[in-house]
Amino acid sequence: MTADTEPTPADTAGPVITGPAAPGPRPRVGAGYVRYGAGKLGGAIVSLLAVLVTGFFLFRLIPGDPVKTMTGGRPVSAEQLAAYRKQFGLDLPLWQQFTDYCGKALTGDLGTSYQFRTPVIDKITEALPNTLLLTGTAFVLYTALGMYLGTRSAWRHGSLGDRVNTGLALTLYSLPSFWLGLLLIIVFSVGLGPVPGLFPTGGMEAGGTGGFARVFDIAHHLVLPVITLVAVEYGQTLLVTRSALLDEMGSDYLTTARAKGLRDDLVRRRHAVPNALLPTVTLVFVNLGRTVAGVILVETVFSWPGLGGLFYQALSVPDLPLVQGLFLFFASAVIVMNTLADLVYPLFDPRVGR
Amino acid sequence: MALTAGLATPLAPKTQTAEAAPADKVLTVAVAQSVDSLSPFLAVRLVSTSLLRLTYEYLTDYAPEDARPIPGLATSWKPSTDKLTWTYTIRSGTKWSDGQQVTAEDAAWTFNKLMTDEAAATANGSFVTNFRKVSAPSPTKLVIELKKPQATMAALDVPIVPKHIWEKVKDYSKFNNDKNFPVVGDGPFILADYKADSYVRLRANKNFWRGAPKFDELVFKYYKDQDAAVAALRKGEVSFVAGSPSLTPAQAASLEGEKNIRVNDAPGRRFYALAVNPGARSKNGQKFGDGDPSLLDERVRHALFSAVDRKTIVDKVFQGHAVQGQGYIPPRFSSYFWKPAAGQELAYDPAKAARLLDQAGYRTDSAGKRLGKDGKPLTYRVLCHATDPNDKAVGQYLKEWWGKLGIGMTLDCLDNVTDPWLAGKYDLAFDGWSVNPDPDYVLSIHTCGALPATPKDTGATDNFICDKGFDGLYAKQLAEYDPARRAALVKQAESRLYDLGYMNVMAYPNAVEAYRTDRIKSIETMPKAAGNIYGQDGYWSWWSAVPAQSGSSGGQSSTGVIVGVAAGVLVLAGAGFFLARRRRTTADDRE
Repeated sequence: MTADTEPTPADTAGPVITGPAAPGPRPRVGAGYVRYGAGKLGGAIVSLLAVLVTGFFLFRLIPGDPVKTMTGGRPVSAEQLAAYRKQFGLDLPLWQQFTDYCGKALTGDLGTSYQFRTPVIDKITEALPNTLLLTGTAFVLYTALGMYLGTRSAWRHGSLGDRVNTGLALTLYSLPSFWLGLLLIIVFSVGLGPVPGLFPTGGMEAGGTGGFARVFDIAHHLVLPVITLVAVEYGQTLLVTRSALLDEMGSDYLTTARAKGLRDDLVRRRHAVPNALLPTVTLVFVNLGRTVAGVILVETVFSWPGLGGLFYQALSVPDLPLVQGLFLFFASAVIVMNTLADLVYPLFDPRVGR
Repeated sequence: MALTAGLATPLAPKTQTAEAAPADKVLTVAVAQSVDSLSPFLAVRLVSTSLLRLTYEYLTDYAPEDARPIPGLATSWKPSTDKLTWTYTIRSGTKWSDGQQVTAEDAAWTFNKLMTDEAAATANGSFVTNFRKVSAPSPTKLVIELKKPQATMAALDVPIVPKHIWEKVKDYSKFNNDKNFPVVGDGPFILADYKADSYVRLRANKNFWRGAPKFDELVFKYYKDQDAAVAALRKGEVSFVAGSPSLTPAQAASLEGEKNIRVNDAPGRRFYALAVNPGARSKNGQKFGDGDPSLLDERVRHALFSAVDRKTIVDKVFQGHAVQGQGYIPPRFSSYFWKPAAGQELAYDPAKAARLLDQAGYRTDSAGKRLGKDGKPLTYRVLCHATDPNDKAVGQYLKEWWGKLGIGMTLDCLDNVTDPWLAGKYDLAFDGWSVNPDPDYVLSIHTCGALPATPKDTGATDNFICDKGFDGLYAKQLAEYDPARRAALVKQAESRLYDLGYMNVMAYPNAVEAYRTDRIKSIETMPKAAGNIYGQDGYWSWWSAVPAQSGSSGGQSSTGVIVGVAAGVLVLAGAGFFLARRRRTTADDRE
């Protein structure tokens, strides 16, 4: 997050909205925005190139010989090992491997996975929808819940409700997700005491179904992993929203709004919240970028066939093309989302980008 | 949103969705390992090769009783008098699942493909390196000519594929056989469907020559977390859990005594050993690595191993789920199992260990520390797998036992031990292999021929052992076609390996697995008397499994569905109420 995105509470909105360039005509703001946008896009492109280069060298530092790891435990002759190396291009000098990788990556070819013998892009497109379904659903829920409860908490800060709310959020936020997931499986899948086993223990679907039955089946499998993710993630949004709103509280424009006779609820929703939104917007976009990366621990506990689990498998070989491809993909998603957030800020705070 | 939409749907309860047809008997098995490929030419992982065993018949199978080779696709086989030509009689009257006849031509084509196409040789190329020519003079006759004699000709673990399907494949390095289902095969099951890291579905092959399986469907379902898999077994979502490679003692204990669950604690096929760096070297004679020179003295190696209390390791670390180690090949392979004679055995004897070290000239200083030839205290680095709790626990015991001899020890637990291992940068290391019914491979990795060509290369060696005496015995057993005489030679080779003291087999860990007796009435283990179920050398377990009265697994209570639907309705109702409230207030308070 860049420093210029932080809101300054004193003059955010309210009745005196004139900024330093207030008398200027509207089109000048547009031109400023274009310049601002171009700068942000340029930065994003530089970041992407840096990720491309880092991805290649970073994963070559992982100890381990991919060929030996993959062939471990079965009969292979020295000739076969050499053939593998040739097949994977590991016999080439490092600089040549690097130029090959860059050339291909720029044309969208991320190479072929060593262990699955499948184009990396196919493995990603295979697991991406599963990950998006899980993390996307959780994202919508924990963002909405976090923002809603954060607003409530801030508005009545210091009250019992606020203390319970923040206390619970902090507790859940600090829980290890795999532990919580396993606990939910024991209680709500297997059943504990009077609680019957309600949900599947893992996986995304039972298989062998189609149409509406399949939608239901997947939704049924989705419940526990989503609850786990929401439980550990909503706290962050709650705390950020709460603290941003607390900064706004007591501002003159809120007093003015109340003086106009607006209901408290409306003062909060129409005046305070929009002005306190900037840090939350940053967080939302960062989280949105993270949703494609999957969630290794939750995916593992619930055997969800997503990108997080794939990344873990790729690292353990190490399956260099797959690791590099996924790294590039994850990093790009975060960069794109951060850039989008930067481009969206001026809509919330016109001073940004002028 | 999919979540609420799905939950709010009162249609399609789980019981209807899980199986293809209500009357089907389905056997669901929890697995963790991802399928690398479903192509018989590429797949190397245990889960994938097990699937291939179920879907393609091989020339020979292994008897469930004692793992001796028995007829598979070949009904009989015999070598020529010069030992260089093997003739197999191929079973007539068996059919591929698309109705075409299985012939010797399919087998010949499969082997020739391995011999001529580098990409096709990826998984099983090692089986044909000694082949000179393979031909099919008639539909029931397969002839394999060898470059030199090879005793493992009844242990060719190569899936024989239908030529008429596979000859259409263009690039064998890229074809994964995972797009078009059902896959044409001739094994006890037909591969019907597969979704990466979700499930693999197999239908029973009703025309299998040995007889159709008793379950209609076999489903491998993915559980990436072993505790979740155990929960699934307890709940009845799966009927079988093996873990990888075994259930932990804690998991086994939690399942013992549970209603309708049986824990199978079977002798395993693995050995768990401590390997000494024997001075890493390559075939061209170059020495490399930094193994401690004191370990080149056989007396020191024997002293270290005499200080290892195998009983404690089995009792405390494996908590009884293992057998004390002796020879190199586990006892379940009875024909090749060897144990040291009374005088030969390196039994637990710390006093003898201390004597041996004294004799070798490694004496203790006034502080009780054992000194090396350079006058510095002896300290060994032991490579251990960071992911294996057994390594860490055994390591602590070794530290204590060797500490009593005055020897220091550091335990280097790494996520990936391959690099220091290949570079010979270790003193000792935890080692372990799964042994095949034919012991050729696990013996071959200790021959001089398996060393890397140069220090930069990677050889097929396990830990750089190279001994002319062992090599001679290895070569003799490979050329010996008489089973009894070959077994005797293998045992001599094991004896030689034991005396060298480079490998100390500490234990044979059991295969601990569990299944639901209310789903599986009976299932064949291998060996039949007391053996494992998952990862057998053959398809005996799943082919022989008999469904219990209740039949299929994977069922779930309808309570879950009802509560799920209720939860969905509540969520929707809540959302509706919230929206309605918002609309009302907005109208009232519009500025």
